[in-house]
Amino acid sequence: MKILALDSSGLVASVAIIADGTLLAEYTVNYKKTHSQTLLPMLDEIARMVELDRKTIDAIAVAAGPGSFTGLRIGSATAKGLGLALGKPIIEVPTLAGIAFNLGFVRGLVCPVMDARRQQVYSGIYRFEGDRLITVRDQTPVSVTDLIAELEGLDDALTSEGVIFLGDGVPVLREEANRTLSVPHTYAPAHLCMQRAGAVGVLAAQLYAEGRYVPAEKHTPIYLRKSQAEQQRDRMNGNDTGNEPAESDLISVQVEAASKVVEELRVRAQMEAGKAAETEDVL
Amino acid sequence: MSVDILAIETSCDETACAVVRDGREILSNVIYTQIDMHTEFGGVVPELASRAHIDKINYVVQKALNDAGKTIDEVDAVAVTYGPGLVGALLVGVAEAKAMAWAAGKPIIGVHHIEGHISANYIEHPELTPPYLGLIVSGGHTHLVVVEDWSKYRILGRTVDDAAGEAYDKVARAIGLGYPGGPKIDREAKNGDPLAVHFPIAHVNGSEYDFSFSGIKSAVLNYLNHAQMTGDTVNRADLAASFQKAVVDVLVEHTIRAAKDLKIDRIGMAGGVASNSALRAAMKEACDREGYALYIPSPIFCTDNAAMIGVAAYHEYMAGVRSGWDLNAVPNLKLEER
Repeated sequence: MKILALDSSGLVASVAIIADGTLLAEYTVNYKKTHSQTLLPMLDEIARMVELDRKTIDAIAVAAGPGSFTGLRIGSATAKGLGLALGKPIIEVPTLAGIAFNLGFVRGLVCPVMDARRQQVYSGIYRFEGDRLITVRDQTPVSVTDLIAELEGLDDALTSEGVIFLGDGVPVLREEANRTLSVPHTYAPAHLCMQRAGAVGVLAAQLYAEGRYVPAEKHTPIYLRKSQAEQQRDRMNGNDTGNEPAESDLISVQVEAASKVVEELRVRAQMEAGKAAETEDVL
Repeated sequence: MSVDILAIETSCDETACAVVRDGREILSNVIYTQIDMHTEFGGVVPELASRAHIDKINYVVQKALNDAGKTIDEVDAVAVTYGPGLVGALLVGVAEAKAMAWAAGKPIIGVHHIEGHISANYIEHPELTPPYLGLIVSGGHTHLVVVEDWSKYRILGRTVDDAAGEAYDKVARAIGLGYPGGPKIDREAKNGDPLAVHFPIAHVNGSEYDFSFSGIKSAVLNYLNHAQMTGDTVNRADLAASFQKAVVDVLVEHTIRAAKDLKIDRIGMAGGVASNSALRAAMKEACDREGYALYIPSPIFCTDNAAMIGVAAYHEYMAGVRSGWDLNAVPNLKLEER
C-alpha cells in the first residue's frame, strides 16, 4: 500500500511517500518559490531517492483545502494529473485536519490555524482519541476574536487539558490569544507548526482504509469561500452569504457532536474520580 | 515512426485537450467552453475560470485520449500552454500536464499560446511553410508577426492598449449586446450600414505596425453619450457595423502594408477574431487584389483549442526542446522570450 501525499495549501510545499505505514520520504520547503516551481521537482527528487516505481502507487493524497486558492489548485491539478495517468484515486484530506495530525496523539485540544487574510483565520478544533482524529468543530474561516470566544465557550471537560495552536496563522492569533484566552494554551514548535505531507499521508492511509477516497476526476478543492465576483453578485441580489462556506465544501474527518464528547469525558472523569475514591477507601 | 503529442490548453476560459500526430493530424480535439458561466458576469472572471478548469480537466483529457484511442503511455510527449494568459487558469493546465507526464515517464513541452494560434493554420493548410506574415487577433492578443522559420518569430506590431477582441467585448456591452462581443457584433453588423458612422482609425506614432483600439472604443462610447444627451435614437446595427468596419480596416491595412514593405506574399491569420466574417471577407478581398495567398483556419481552430498547441509542440519536439519539471505559468510571456 503506497500513498503519494502532497500539500501546497499555503506557503509551504511538501511531498511525501508512505508505504505500508512507513514514511519512506518527505520533502518540505518553506520558501517563497511558487509551488509550480517546487512541487513536481521535489516529488521527482524523493521518488528517485527511494527508487519509487510510479506504477506501484495506490493512491494520491492531497491537502484539499482550505488554503490559498492558487496553491490548492496546483496541488489538486498535480494530484488529478497523477491520478489520471496512473489510474489511481485521490484521498482528499481537509488541510486543517492534516495540520492537526502533526500532533498525533496529544491530549487536549488541537487547534490548527491558517492565515485567511481579511482579519480571519481558517481554523478547526480537533482532539485525539487513541489513534483517531476527532473533529470537535469542522474547519471554517473565522475571526481570531470569534475563535477565542468559541474556545472559551467550550465545556471545561474539553478544555481542561488546554489547547495547542499550530499552523501559519499562529502569528496572526498569538498576541490576542495571549492577552484574552483564559484556556491554557501553547504553540507547536516550528517543525510541527506547518503543513507536512507526511502527516497528510498518514491520515490519508486511515481514510483510505475506510474507503474514503474519490476517483481523480471527481476531486475538487475545498475553497470554503466563494470567488469575489460571486460574493459581489450575492450582495447585489440581497442574499449575502459573506464568507460562509457552501454546504458542499464541508467535509470532516470524523465529526462528533460536541455535547456527546463532553458527556463521555464527564462520565470518564467521574469513573476516574470514583476509582480514586475507592482506592482511598481501601487505604 | 509517428509522433503523438497530448496537448493541454487552459489559458483563458476554454478547458481543452487534443492528441495530435506528427504536428498535422488531429486524432482528437476536445473543448469545454465556460462561456455560459462568464456571460452572467459580462466577461471572464479569472477565479471562476480557474475553478471550472480544475473541475473539468480530467474529463476533458480522458475524452481526448479515448477519442484518439490512446492511453497516456502510448503518447510520445505532453505539451501545455504556459503563457500568456490568466495565471490561475494557466497553472491548472501546467500542473496537470506536468503530473501526467511525470507519472507516465514522458517529456513535457511548454508552448506559447500565440505560437499555438499561428500553428493552427498548419492543420488544414499543410502547404503553408515559413516564411510568411502572421496576423493573430483574439480577445487577449493582437499581433502582426513575421514567421521566419518553424518556431521563429519576429514581431512587427502589436496593440498598445486593448486587444481587438477586448474592444469588441467592451463595445458589445455598451450597446447592450452582451458577452461575448465578437460573434454578437458580427451578427448584428450584418443588418447595419458600415458607412453610417465614421469612427477614426488610430495610428500609433513612431511604430507604423502597432495597433490601438481603445480610441475606437472611446469614440463609440462618446457617440452613444452624445446621442443620449441630444435624444437621438441609435441604430444598433449601424453602430455595430461601423465599429466593426473601423477595426477590420486597420487590421487589413497594417497587414497589407507590412506584406508590401517586406515583400511577403503569404498571409496566415489566426485567433478567435479570425473567425469574424467581416474580417475574413475584407482580408480575402485585399489579398485577392494584391495577389497574396491567404490562410485562415476553420472557426473551430481559430478560438482557443489544444490541437493548435499540439501542432506547435510538434515542431518544438522535433527541434529537441524539452521543459523541466519546474515549468511555471508565465501570464505575460513574450513571443520572443520563449
